[in-house]
Amino acid sequence: MRKREPKTYTRLTRPLVRDSRNEPFRQAGWEEALDRAARGLERNRDAFGMFSCARATNEMNYVAQKFARVVMGTNNVDSCNRTCHAPSVAGLTAAFGSGGGTSSYEEIEHTDVIVMWGSNARFAHPIFFQHVLKGIRNGARMYAVDPRRTSTAEWAESWLGLNVGTDIPMAHAIGREIIHAGLANEAFVGRATTGFAEYKALVEPWTLSLAEKVTGVPARAIRELAHAYARAERAQLCWTLGITEHHNGTDNVRALINLSLLTGQVGRWGAGLQPLRGQNNVQGGGDMGAIPNRLPGFQDILDPDARLKFESVWDTVIQPHYGLNLTEMFEAMEEGTLKAVYCIGENPAQSEADSEQAVRRLSALDFLVVQDIFLTKTAELADVVLPATAGWAETEGTTTNSERRVQRVRRAVTPPGEAREDIDILCALAARLGHDWKYQDAEAVWNELRSVSPDHYGMTYDRLVEHQGIQWPCPSTERLEPTYLHGRLWETDPAKRGTPAPFGLVRHDPPVDLTDEEYPIRLTTGRRLDSYNTGVQSGGYASPLRRGEYIELCPEDAERYGVVVGEEVRVSSRRGAVVAPVWVDTALRPGLAFMTMHFPDEVDTNQLTIEANCPIAGTAEFKASAIRIEKLPVATIVR
Amino acid sequence: MDLHFGDSKPTDEERAAVDALLGPPESSWEGADRSDADLRWARGGREARDRRDLLLPGLHAINDRIGWISEGALGYLCRRLTVPPAEAYGVATFYAMFSVEPRPATVLHVCTDLACTAAGASALCAGVETGLGPGAHVERSPCLGLCERAPAALAIRAGDPVRTAVAAPATARTAVLAATSPDSAPEEPPAAMAVPQAGQDGLVLLKRIGVVDPSSLDDYRAHGGYTALRHAFGLGPAGVIREVTDSGLVGRGGAAFPTGRKWQATASQPDRPHYLVCNADESEPDTFKDRVLMEGDPYSLVEAMTIAAYAIGAHRGFVYLRGEYPRAARRLQHAVDQARARGFLGDDVLGQGFAFDVEIRRGAGAYICGEETALFNSIEGYRGEPRSKPPFPVEEGLFGKPTVENNVETLVNVLPILTMGAPAYAATGTERSTGPKLFCVSGSVARPGVYELPFGATLGELLQLAGVRENLRAVLLGGAAGGFVRPDELGIPLTFEGTREAGTTLGSGVVMAFDDTVPLPRLLLRIAQFFRDESCGQCVPCRVGTVRQEEALHRIVARTGADAAGDVALLREVGRAMRDASICGLGQTAWNAVESAIDRLGAYE
Amino acid sequence: MTVTPLGIPRRLLEFTIDGQEARVPEGSTILDSCRAAGKDVPTLCEGDTLRPKNACRVCVVEVEGARTLVPACSRKAEPGMVVRTGGERVRHSRRIVLELLASSVDLSTTPRAAEWIKEYEAKPDRFGPDAARLDEEPRVDNDLYVRDYGKCILCYKCVDACGDQWQNSFAISVAGRGFDARIAVEHDAPLTDSACVYCGNCVEVCPTGALSFKSEFDMRAAGTWDESRQTETTTVCAYCGVGCNLTLHVQDNEIVKVTSPHDNPVTHGNLCIKGRFGYQHVQNRG
Repeated sequence: MRKREPKTYTRLTRPLVRDSRNEPFRQAGWEEALDRAARGLERNRDAFGMFSCARATNEMNYVAQKFARVVMGTNNVDSCNRTCHAPSVAGLTAAFGSGGGTSSYEEIEHTDVIVMWGSNARFAHPIFFQHVLKGIRNGARMYAVDPRRTSTAEWAESWLGLNVGTDIPMAHAIGREIIHAGLANEAFVGRATTGFAEYKALVEPWTLSLAEKVTGVPARAIRELAHAYARAERAQLCWTLGITEHHNGTDNVRALINLSLLTGQVGRWGAGLQPLRGQNNVQGGGDMGAIPNRLPGFQDILDPDARLKFESVWDTVIQPHYGLNLTEMFEAMEEGTLKAVYCIGENPAQSEADSEQAVRRLSALDFLVVQDIFLTKTAELADVVLPATAGWAETEGTTTNSERRVQRVRRAVTPPGEAREDIDILCALAARLGHDWKYQDAEAVWNELRSVSPDHYGMTYDRLVEHQGIQWPCPSTERLEPTYLHGRLWETDPAKRGTPAPFGLVRHDPPVDLTDEEYPIRLTTGRRLDSYNTGVQSGGYASPLRRGEYIELCPEDAERYGVVVGEEVRVSSRRGAVVAPVWVDTALRPGLAFMTMHFPDEVDTNQLTIEANCPIAGTAEFKASAIRIEKLPVATIVR
Repeated sequence: MDLHFGDSKPTDEERAAVDALLGPPESSWEGADRSDADLRWARGGREARDRRDLLLPGLHAINDRIGWISEGALGYLCRRLTVPPAEAYGVATFYAMFSVEPRPATVLHVCTDLACTAAGASALCAGVETGLGPGAHVERSPCLGLCERAPAALAIRAGDPVRTAVAAPATARTAVLAATSPDSAPEEPPAAMAVPQAGQDGLVLLKRIGVVDPSSLDDYRAHGGYTALRHAFGLGPAGVIREVTDSGLVGRGGAAFPTGRKWQATASQPDRPHYLVCNADESEPDTFKDRVLMEGDPYSLVEAMTIAAYAIGAHRGFVYLRGEYPRAARRLQHAVDQARARGFLGDDVLGQGFAFDVEIRRGAGAYICGEETALFNSIEGYRGEPRSKPPFPVEEGLFGKPTVENNVETLVNVLPILTMGAPAYAATGTERSTGPKLFCVSGSVARPGVYELPFGATLGELLQLAGVRENLRAVLLGGAAGGFVRPDELGIPLTFEGTREAGTTLGSGVVMAFDDTVPLPRLLLRIAQFFRDESCGQCVPCRVGTVRQEEALHRIVARTGADAAGDVALLREVGRAMRDASICGLGQTAWNAVESAIDRLGAYE
Repeated sequence: MTVTPLGIPRRLLEFTIDGQEARVPEGSTILDSCRAAGKDVPTLCEGDTLRPKNACRVCVVEVEGARTLVPACSRKAEPGMVVRTGGERVRHSRRIVLELLASSVDLSTTPRAAEWIKEYEAKPDRFGPDAARLDEEPRVDNDLYVRDYGKCILCYKCVDACGDQWQNSFAISVAGRGFDARIAVEHDAPLTDSACVYCGNCVEVCPTGALSFKSEFDMRAAGTWDESRQTETTTVCAYCGVGCNLTLHVQDNEIVKVTSPHDNPVTHGNLCIKGRFGYQHVQNRG
């Protein structure tokens, strides 16, 4: 295996400051660092954005969004949910009024059909996949829809290897087949949905043979999946970033949701929709209001009653419009309307699509304060760096997982040096900016959140311990709600049923970055089992599985380009080029290549990806770039 | 399943061996060349995972063709069957007849068990090892079931097809000849040679041995074949079970469980399908009666299985045949094929609308697979480790479904029950042990072989028949798992209750005579080695207990009296725990023979 | 529509343990019932997240009418059963089993082994100095965990956890037979050539320390491993969004081992490589 010298990160133990960006950092005391941070934010009060952290606790996210809204008077708060699952939240909200996955892990153990769409959960969500495996062992049939035949797909009854970015044609063809086969759940469609006639007309052109042409998957395979899903007494539809990381990610999500509406595979025990979250608290971050359009408890900012409640509790005035999301904040940096960023625990310099552009925009800020446990690539661009504690091992609080389960996080080790807890730092800054918040501990923050979020009201810390976590909604301290959402849709009484779920009338729109003669290969991205995101955390341990970044090709393409495993090649897209060694993977097919984001210090994959964003959710099309492979003049074999 | 395969590739020969069994691979995911279609749609899941039971046949296919199982071959087989390579490796290394290390294509198994050792197996081993060059591998083997012709050797030459030859009684010369040119080795003597009573009147189970042509279905029918099945169809399943119950037939494998009750219990299980399994893994040392039945009268087993399956509502039957019985395998396979070709097996047996077919699965050298649940695991493609009971096979047997498992002798008893009727059958033998019984007599007798006597004959009468020699020192009843009796105990009636009352066991019907030249401590040590070698290793009392037993017997092999007393006490304590706390019969009986030698024969005194 | 299935309520059955009436739900094992009654039955191969294998036979009890002793861990309680958990016969088998194990395997890191050996007056030395032992060298073929099969009692728990009961990676199996049987990957290769995904779920269930985290192995070798100085704190994993509960074992402010609560609804005691081993970054303290 090739000799790698992976970058490892050492904990920040003291605040770092500098007077200008071309100077090196110097260590500073907390007083000085906080004063500088406060001054930098103060002078940009009307041009401020908060990058909150999907990795930190609910309590921290609550305080961070409150900081943005109360101290800075803006709804410009967001986090890296934007780079992954914002389309799931947007799509689910549009259909059901609530952005969480509708089922629970245990339910998938007792379902009849499981569809894993654009999800390599075996690698990306291994313990969730254990629940899937329990289901399979209990007799469930699993179907996998993925361009690659992943480890997940190898467990499937049937794997459908579609073209990247043809999820909507696939979904629509499945929908049409279900309708034409008489397998639509008419009782549910009639009672609990709207827009069926329009949906039926929308999918009518998507015959199986047209879908075969567009997706590349045999019509028989699509038909089989359609029938299996519709005929199942219970079915679960799970997806991950293969659905969301597209320029039309929200449309993709809605196309999948349509299938559950068509068949009534939602709102029942064992039947539902399960987007798998990529980060420990990406669900909770949004639930806590660290998103530009929602107050804590997923309450709409445009709802005057909700605003009023928060205004009275927080003693402030909340802007009656949505703030900028992460993507829009980056665009605002470009335009010069956003000049200061408070970035907590995120690494956008490496995690954003088209990373060169992201670095340029961050560098152009008037003021950047980064609060992290490491000196990340983003922190290297900052004016002030504040050393924080690790959310999961050095802090008390809670996080919320993919099944909406709020669980306690605890302090097990003492943080290094002068590192301070996020909430502590936020409060110290707030104080300097005129807001004297007093939270005795994380539980006090949590109890404030409980008082304003009905969905969390019943979750006292004591109850969270007693039940090993509680799933929202939990409006009562006396009882627990069912583990699935939207059972209301099955009520016979229209009043109890509430707002019906609309079909999403979405159209196919192929990936923005088209392949052509110059860039003939479709590059898609994903995760490996032992690594994580930009590798800042996962780089810290010695995984025997890790081999660094490679460009993975199918055997046929490797032969066509005359390259062998370990040989370095130039990989170019319309935005940039990197040099990466070749790996050959039989899970790929000709014209399809695969890379990860895990080793940006070795191979910066995001120099290749395209920042073509979903207009609704702002997520970029990480899953579909057009690239070409070139042999280097002098072959270097690195294994 | 997301299985991991190493870089080793199968040779063309290995691939051909597997493909000959399974057919060519259907997609590149199974090992074919990559096609565009494969890269768009792959099937897998339940169907792919459901072929695990072909693992053992697959390992045989490779071992038969190549002589050993390489990494590449194992990987290819695993890919074809969706079996994890680590598990397949665990299975391959479980069986003595497989090797995962390179070895010559020819393996000569030389029996070193009790009867053959008494007949000079040690000298034979030494002789063949000098006589055979590096082109063949000599394997010291537990009992090959050829005890009437001891000493015995079995040559297996891998190839297409695999060739086998038996030398018995073997000299170094004939054994080497069998190994070097199995095709030109002399034909084995007919099965009837193992039946000194062959052709005599009054035989029930052995009546066709030596009389009927074992390859001819018509000859079988000309000698009364398939009249029992005809009766069975007339009686209906419940009627058959009633006859078998009333006949008093009990299992002949050693446990003596009432066959009718077993059938009734399975037949009444609502879970489907039901399976019938014939235990032909005759591995108890010095037992060879089932081999003689299958070689000499194979259709009788096929007919008996058809009747049993009809009674219990099974449509698939398996014969689990020991791997060391190539001739029995050929004869039985031929019989099954003939029966199927003539409508005695298949979708519509005898035009009665009853579907039944038989598959033969070969064992691969593991005594433990004679244990009924270990046998299920072996057929299913797992290591042949016994399961804990309950649940019993009648509820959860093969593939977790209600299953009747009977051994060969038990099954063929069903034919006379249905031709003569339960009352007449039950009139034979004693009140509690009805019918005829087969005994495998070997050792210090003039006419070793399989004998049929009605239950109730005494040990002395049987030995008389076989021409017991002078100076009898001991008789081993029931094989390695059985017990010794003294020459003054020849009045013991050969019935289940009679042997039990005498504090010994009938076991599988082994009767082995030893004269006073026998080195008893050596004999016991060989028995202990046998159990150590054959313990599956699953439970602690047996896995370690059989080792400690062997160690202690080794220490006292030349000691007596006070010098041996400490180890004898230790043997008793370990033996008691093995009997009380082992999972299955192997561990529970591993100390029986030693205990009986100490208590009845006064060994080490 | 389906509602949350509660299942059919389980019936209760009555039987006798050591002369006392026991009432347990149908399907309970004798061991469940003993534990409910506060009786301490020794176990080694039994695992709270695994189906009983009943391989070690140290939990055997006497059931009236049964020819042999029965394993408490797997035998289901039946109405009217009369069970005796003590007595000479039971004590004898447990003592011999402990002697057989302790004479062939290194039980020095098996929790409670020493206590049971004393309680049952087992004398493992009685088989003499030449008694066969496993005598395997620890296999250190990766940086995350160590396989020391000299301590392996062949309980199958690692195989079951790696196999169809949880992880479904099937990296290991039992190979060989009898006393020579060993846990092995295919062709007895190093782990790095196997299907192992380093989830450590085998280590989680190992009852003897035959499998141990490299951190623990190294600290034991250096003589610094001291469980009395360790704290255990349960938190939530910092990686993906599944929300696995991690129990951090901390000694001197260093995370030395990560486990997961076996009754946790998310993990059932299982983790992946990141959750199990990916903690080092927080303690790269410069």
